[in-house]
Amino acid sequence: MADMEKIRNFCIIAHIDHGKSTLADRILELTETVALRDMEDRLLDNMDIERERGITIKARAVRLSYKADDGEEYIFNLIDTPGHVDFNYEVSRSLAACEGALLVVDASQGIEAQTLANTYLALEHDLELLPVLNKIDLPSADPERVAAEIENVIGIPAMDAPRVSAKAGINIKEALERIVTDIPAPKGDPNAPFQALIFDSVYDRYKGVIIYVRVMQGTLRTGQSIKLMASGAVFQTTEVGYMGASDLVPIGELSAGEVGYIAASIKYIGDTRVGDTVTREDMPCAEPLAGYKKVNPMVFSGIYPADGAKYPDLRDALDKLALNDASLSFEPETSTALGFGFRCGFLGLLHMEIIQERLEREYALDLITTAPSVIYRITYTDGRTVMIDNPSNYPDPALIASAEEPFVKADIFTPPEYVGNIMDLCQDRRGVFKNMEYLDENRVDLHYELPLNEIVYDFFDALKSRTKGYASFDYELSGYRPSKLVKLDVLLNGDVVDALSFIVHTDKAYARGRRICEKLKENIPRQLFEIPVQAAIGGKVIARETVKAMRKDVLAKCYGGDITRKKKLLEKQKEGKKRMRTLGTVEVPQEAFMAVLKLDED
Amino acid sequence: MTGIYIHVPFCLRKCPYCDFYSVLFTEELMQKYTDAVCRNILALKPKAIEADSVYFGGGTPSLLPPEQAEKILECIASSVKLADPEITMEANPSSISLEKLRGYRRAGVNRLSLGVQSLIDDELKALGRLHDAYQAREAAIAAHRAGFENISCDIMLGVPGQTEETLDITAERITALPVKHISAYMLKIEEGTPFDTAQMGALADDDERMCALYLRLCETLAKKGFEHYEISNFALPGARSRHNLKYWRLMPYIGIGPGAHSDFEGKRTACRRELSEFLESKVQKNVLIEENIDRAEELVMLSLRLSDGLSLGELEKLRGREPVRRLKNRAVQLEAQKLVSIEKTAEDEKIKLTERGFLVSNAVIVYLLDC
Repeated sequence: MADMEKIRNFCIIAHIDHGKSTLADRILELTETVALRDMEDRLLDNMDIERERGITIKARAVRLSYKADDGEEYIFNLIDTPGHVDFNYEVSRSLAACEGALLVVDASQGIEAQTLANTYLALEHDLELLPVLNKIDLPSADPERVAAEIENVIGIPAMDAPRVSAKAGINIKEALERIVTDIPAPKGDPNAPFQALIFDSVYDRYKGVIIYVRVMQGTLRTGQSIKLMASGAVFQTTEVGYMGASDLVPIGELSAGEVGYIAASIKYIGDTRVGDTVTREDMPCAEPLAGYKKVNPMVFSGIYPADGAKYPDLRDALDKLALNDASLSFEPETSTALGFGFRCGFLGLLHMEIIQERLEREYALDLITTAPSVIYRITYTDGRTVMIDNPSNYPDPALIASAEEPFVKADIFTPPEYVGNIMDLCQDRRGVFKNMEYLDENRVDLHYELPLNEIVYDFFDALKSRTKGYASFDYELSGYRPSKLVKLDVLLNGDVVDALSFIVHTDKAYARGRRICEKLKENIPRQLFEIPVQAAIGGKVIARETVKAMRKDVLAKCYGGDITRKKKLLEKQKEGKKRMRTLGTVEVPQEAFMAVLKLDED
Repeated sequence: MTGIYIHVPFCLRKCPYCDFYSVLFTEELMQKYTDAVCRNILALKPKAIEADSVYFGGGTPSLLPPEQAEKILECIASSVKLADPEITMEANPSSISLEKLRGYRRAGVNRLSLGVQSLIDDELKALGRLHDAYQAREAAIAAHRAGFENISCDIMLGVPGQTEETLDITAERITALPVKHISAYMLKIEEGTPFDTAQMGALADDDERMCALYLRLCETLAKKGFEHYEISNFALPGARSRHNLKYWRLMPYIGIGPGAHSDFEGKRTACRRELSEFLESKVQKNVLIEENIDRAEELVMLSLRLSDGLSLGELEKLRGREPVRRLKNRAVQLEAQKLVSIEKTAEDEKIKLTERGFLVSNAVIVYLLDC
């Protein structure tokens, strides 16, 4: 059994690009957890997408051993957290598994929106915060200013924060020593009833679901039966151990203060919800740990295979992704326009993008996705309330007494020169200005309340283009508010295309309807017929464009009996048709469905 | 009845819009070439072929000396059973003389296809042609004097500088000549040719202009009594090109010469585009392009190019009743758009493209086949 005094459980909090993963890699290297030759850049982020985007999607943990200057050998449990707001709940559970957090801040850029959000989350969990100023090797680094900013904005001492460069390997040792001295050892009675917090789970083909836990009290040995308190499900453990840098290491026993894994032939990842409490069936704890909640998706979108025949492939791919992602929900959906597909629920926009990207890359699927929708709360005239996440299910307006939509509290960090642009953008997106704080002369924190449905479209892209990429953005759900909503339908050649319908605020309906018609006109190739493109609310057309009939598509010459060109052309045109969706008599290319998702671009 | 196509792959110079196979002309190569063509024709003898058309295409077939044309035609007459054949020679106005034309006529050539392109000097210059309008008219007159009753002229649509008015002038001038047949091709920019530039591309892609020119020519020629019998071809009654019709009517043809295509004995093949190989081989090396051909699809694709249209009765024999019913349903939709007409006779039903339908024939064909 490990000596609890020699354990340090911590995580790293940082904004994207501030060097969290690089620092983690250096720590791994310095603690000699991984032989240098086995080091791959960014060891902890091992999904392709994570590496490319420099983000962490899944929580991960690793156990390191560190020989400190005091001559003692310490066990470090580093829990890497997804930094993004979409995974807020997972982050909060990872934080709950730690006693301390390294707050990594870029010494030239200073605090960003995500840093702040996660820092507040860490403070809520009473974590000891250890600020680390990174990238001090950059010429633009100004550690003094950033240290002052941390003291100012967050209110924790930062003047003596280690100044490191994870990339150049400068001062990492100092940071490690501070982990030993500043972050408290865990507490907990190893003889008390077993109580452990699930902060992540992964699916393994051979072992079933492997749950990652932090043991709060008690002891668990291989072979003992565990009970998951939220579901009440009981499993017999087949293996317990800790997470080595590259492998799981079975040790037969986990006790209070330790971070490790449990394998128990669990088949469904849905049984092992993050935040749930694991206890021993023979000696259960009285109460589960506080804070468990089932996370619900916030953003929904229809996902369809571009080629209808790939529907089973899409289903298999979603099944596989869901094995490792309990927060991904999906159910079959049928669209007259797009055929068979799935209505998928996501924690947020990033989550949605990541899932779509993984489906396309890891499973080689060509997808058509519908406009993301949020969940609207509709109260009928008879007093019934329903939650609507699919525009197709939006009730007849005559039956609606009131409608509400979700709002978020948004934090936007920006250099002051872009404040005007951002305010214009937020205004346009029906945002309500709350207040504005100057963090220092170079940065402003703008607080807005925004309807979630205004940011699910293309808010990130719009924000980036209006601030040359300098602004950062974070949000959290703040609740439902009454709203004037309408369902907007798109008609091609007089027929409603269900996959293009969406719910929108009355004030935005005309502008968006017009824009959609324009975009469709640009993206639907001329055909043998003239095609009216209309946007309508109820039966009333509010915008109209026309795709004119094609004028010329002829191969004039057929020289010396060579009809191969003509045949090739015919084949090419037939092939092109396969990538089109036939809606009535209209052929709609995949791009047209995607184009309406990016209305802000010109 | 089979058609015989002889590809003469020589040019004095390359036209900047053309990507067909040709090499620079020398007398020595031409002599060798004639020998190789004759070898290939003689090799056909055991097949007991019955043919009613011969077509010298190119390249510039009028670079072939009349004696050599005669030798080739004699070879054909001795190897193939010829029944009152139509024998066409493509000719450039710049490479013929009255004497040469008389020589061809004596050799048996009875139809001349002149690459006139335009009768406006500026337009000919823009196309990089070696002749001017005067030479072109003289060539047609000379051909008639040499005894050619059946003369065809090519007109190019979409030439830089061309307008509906200049096109009218070209059409007026051509129809005033003893010409019974006109082929009108739209300028198309072929990849890698000197015309493959942004400016020329924009010109060729100006659909509105091209359509206006095409429809204008259709109208003018109709007034002059020319029947618009194929997308790009117009003829006075009785003067349709027997040889070219074989391509559209799925009849067999044999192509001889580098780059020449054949549809013979159920296979589509093409001779490799390599002159030296052709000259040195005893029999030309053909590359298989297609066998087990979907003739129903070809019938739709090719017969719709003709004003006679697609015979649903014929299609039904190849494909069966149900697919034809579906195709007809689609045709009914197109009829409402005035892109096709459906004509019923006692024993058959035909789908015919309208002139506007001709202009979008590729899309119409794909639409009809996609069911």
